[in-house]
Amino acid sequence: MATETNGAEEGGLVFHPMDQFEVQPFFGDGAVAWYTITNSTFWMALAVLATFVILVLGSSKRSIIPTRMQSVAELAYGFVYKMVEDICGKEGLKYFPYIMTLFMFIVCANFLGLIPTAFTPTSHFAVTVVMAMAVFLTVTILGFVKNGTAFLGLFWVASAPLALRPILAIIELISYFVRPVSHSIRLAGNVMAGHAVIKVFAGFAAITIISPVSVVAITAMYGLEVLVSFIQAYVFTILTCVYLKDALHPGH
Amino acid sequence: MATETQSDGLADAIGVDLAEHASTPGMPQLDFSTWGNQIFWLILALIATYFILSRVALPRIGAVLAERQGTITNDIAAAEDLKAKAVEAEAAYDKALVDARAEAQNIVAQAKADIQADLDVAISKADAEIAVKAAESEKAISDIRASAVENVKVVAKDTAKEIIAAMGGKADAKTVTAAVTARMKG
Repeated sequence: MATETNGAEEGGLVFHPMDQFEVQPFFGDGAVAWYTITNSTFWMALAVLATFVILVLGSSKRSIIPTRMQSVAELAYGFVYKMVEDICGKEGLKYFPYIMTLFMFIVCANFLGLIPTAFTPTSHFAVTVVMAMAVFLTVTILGFVKNGTAFLGLFWVASAPLALRPILAIIELISYFVRPVSHSIRLAGNVMAGHAVIKVFAGFAAITIISPVSVVAITAMYGLEVLVSFIQAYVFTILTCVYLKDALHPGH
Repeated sequence: MATETQSDGLADAIGVDLAEHASTPGMPQLDFSTWGNQIFWLILALIATYFILSRVALPRIGAVLAERQGTITNDIAAAEDLKAKAVEAEAAYDKALVDARAEAQNIVAQAKADIQADLDVAISKADAEIAVKAAESEKAISDIRASAVENVKVVAKDTAKEIIAAMGGKADAKTVTAAVTARMKG
């Protein structure tokens, strides 16, 4: 990972902005088998631990007047709960734990990834694609189970003129199947881009004259990344809610 | 992986670096050899998170929030009760104050009337006493006056007899008395 410090030698700058995303075994060297504990595994585990600390330890006192940690737990709970309720309605609340799971995992992984030298599991398509596909498949199956063939009405825009409907149906169908792609690439792309840009600025810091500018730029980017970490978790969650709403109430 | 670790050793040469990256996937994200590993651990992490949330965290936080909502509702109801009671108490206090004031005025008026009556009785009694005393005094005065006139008559007769005797005449008692009486009437 931290190759930037010795990356600049006479002759030119060498950037390795993508090295930070390498999945490596956490203990020792060697190949990465499916069961190997890697840096990705370690930071995922930390994300689970952070979720546990915030939500379980934070609320362990069950006080009527919340402590600071309990306020954070209640805030997170209320934030996602209200989102699910507002978008999916009352019947969507059955799926609140699943959506909360996604939100807490993504937001914890994102924020932990901002720790210098940390690894960000959510910067990998492997992670976001699995989550997006899980949402996509669940929502599609749920749509057919709940509504039967009426779920296909999602693609048949009844309010449009009859002549346009087949064309719209094709567009809707394509956009429906593009959902998991955009859903996953948005999250991983944003996180990856931010981290890579910070690394690039860090590479510039090797040049003495530019280094103050570089440090300022890193600071600014870091602030932006803090924002992006939360916003992308929020966007992923809210899109999940929107897709779930389509499954529960198809039709426009 | 082998080529990735190698790239550190070749880092100083940009050309080599680029060439190498061109030949291998530039993004570790697209290194599909690690996908199985990440997916396996991700599913494990999500399942763990799901159980932590659905078994412990969410029911607990939901219960705390519901309890707080209940407490707040109860407190507001209690506060409204107390407020109503306070208004009631104020009304009762005002009423008691008005009653007490009216009663006080009654008592004052009663006392004034009583005192007036007593005073009237005392005054009339005193007037009567004064009248009796005045009558007595008048009688005493008239008695004294009468007795004085009587005495004056006696003294005048005696004096007249003495004067006549001293002047050598013989005074007839009856004549003197008649003369004095006649003179005193005049």
